[in-house]
Amino acid sequence: MTAAASVLSPSVARRWRVPKELRRAPIILGALVAMAWLVVVITVSWWAPYGPLESVGKRLDAPSAKHWLGTDALSRDVFTRVLYGARQTLPISVAVIVSAVVIGSVLGSLAGYVGGWVDTAIMRFVDVTVAFPPIFLAMAIAAALGPGLRNAFFAMVIVWWPIYARLLRGQVLSIKHRDHIQAAVSIGAKPSRILRKHVLPLSFTPALINATLDLGQVVILTATLSFLGLGAKPPSPEWGAMITEGAKFFYQWWVAVAPGLAILTIGLAFNFLGDGLRDAFDVRGRR
Amino acid sequence: MTDEPLLVVHDLDVRFSVADGSVHAVRGLNLTVHRGEVAAIVGESGSGKSATMLAVLGLLDPNATVSGSACFDGTELLGAPNAVLRRHRGGRIGMIFQDPMTSLNPVLTIGRQIAEAVITHQSVTPSQAEAKAVELLETVALPDAANRVRAYPHELSGGMRQRVMIAMALANDPDILIADEPTTALDVTIQAQILSVLRDLQVARSLTIVLITHDLGVVAGLADSVHVMYAGTIVEAGPVVDMFHRANHPYTAGLLASIPRLDRPDVELVPIGGMPPSLRSDPDGCAFAPRCRYAVAACHVVTPPLRRVGALDVACAVLPFDRIAG
Repeated sequence: MTAAASVLSPSVARRWRVPKELRRAPIILGALVAMAWLVVVITVSWWAPYGPLESVGKRLDAPSAKHWLGTDALSRDVFTRVLYGARQTLPISVAVIVSAVVIGSVLGSLAGYVGGWVDTAIMRFVDVTVAFPPIFLAMAIAAALGPGLRNAFFAMVIVWWPIYARLLRGQVLSIKHRDHIQAAVSIGAKPSRILRKHVLPLSFTPALINATLDLGQVVILTATLSFLGLGAKPPSPEWGAMITEGAKFFYQWWVAVAPGLAILTIGLAFNFLGDGLRDAFDVRGRR
Repeated sequence: MTDEPLLVVHDLDVRFSVADGSVHAVRGLNLTVHRGEVAAIVGESGSGKSATMLAVLGLLDPNATVSGSACFDGTELLGAPNAVLRRHRGGRIGMIFQDPMTSLNPVLTIGRQIAEAVITHQSVTPSQAEAKAVELLETVALPDAANRVRAYPHELSGGMRQRVMIAMALANDPDILIADEPTTALDVTIQAQILSVLRDLQVARSLTIVLITHDLGVVAGLADSVHVMYAGTIVEAGPVVDMFHRANHPYTAGLLASIPRLDRPDVELVPIGGMPPSLRSDPDGCAFAPRCRYAVAACHVVTPPLRRVGALDVACAVLPFDRIAG
């Protein structure tokens, strides 16, 4: 009897493990690279060979055992600066995505669930925003607010939240007519509670996947704004700003290529991760 | 306990506005449900059975226009403020839906969902609510309730999920249970189990049940009174025994004649010819007249009111004639 009861008991099946769907090469590769960068962000100041603003040795020195990625025009170690660059770009990119997802989810699900003029007002604003190419709009806003990472952050959030508003609105629209939502209404639950407990948890998967994919894009956009002088300003080791400086030295390629590679690895990592997650969650595409 | 009816629906009208015009789904419906009674509403798909009860609870989509009156124990529900409706939904009026496979939230455990119904209407702690959930699952005879309370809907079979739905509907000891085709999506053997759960609950709690179904077998097994709907109105209503033995309305008689009978293989099935009318335009006269073999010229002109014939209320102009069925 006890054996039969434990077979029937649902708790047995719920021991934590990584689901099979997530054990795929792209997901693992992307996760490893992303995790490596996360470790760098947290620990770089403890083990980096030099300081990010510290002058060491000759200027524009080629890569060597002492300076793995050479030195730049102000004789700073490029490898160290690239590592510290992650501290600038990654937190701000994550903050942009989190803010965009939160704002977009709240407004988008409201638009989808309430409908009527609320829907119209929010979605027309979204339409206007996404009508501009994101880089131009972000540039315009950042330029209007004035250069600096903080203003670049606001500019990117303004550009990015409408994407999530659209995504969530579509999800909420498709889920709010499901039977279990009507069942929740019929037990007397309040609309706000239904939205939070019954609609949002089911709408969120695409937003999560999109956020992972977008993180790479936001890293690139942050670097782009800095490259154009609208983000981080020169002495700070921001990748985009470093490429701007390095672009002046054609024969000292390492100064620009190093931060470029950093952006490349992060962009690829999040693309792999997002693509893998999308495949894993896509029921139709499952083999 | 008084003799006052628990639910009185008077002159209910439901219209859905659709892309090209409107659909008149319920047309001037009257319905009285007494305390402790099991009232069945039967009719074919699209006859307005579900729309009637959803309208009473204010659960129809915004494209529906509802008029008339639905008085529940002295409270008018049609046009009532949302707060009043919410208090009644799940509180004094429990509702069970047709498809238990889709009526539960897939990402919450069944215990959470039942507890939510309890917490919505009673001030209890979460642990009390969970204890109540286990108790409710035992009431609906879900095996191994203490463990299953932590199960997700996908871990349960259709019959088990329908038991969970019933437990949710009963969470706040409602006065009335509205069961919208509670057995349609289930296997025949499971149907019998769910019906016996409903019957036991009805007896134990002297629950009032409104049973919406197109299955006359379910009606015979559970109901006290039957209301036959056709094209948005009730064409015949009365006690279940009289309905099965002395049905007057040609539509009811036709329904009964089209049930296969295992005990009488020699009796041929008689289908009702034709199709239900489109509800986009109001039919002239009796809605059933075009399909009725007893129809006379007047049937196509005058809409017959309900009138008493024997123990039944019948909306038919050409009655009485001796016996129709057979």
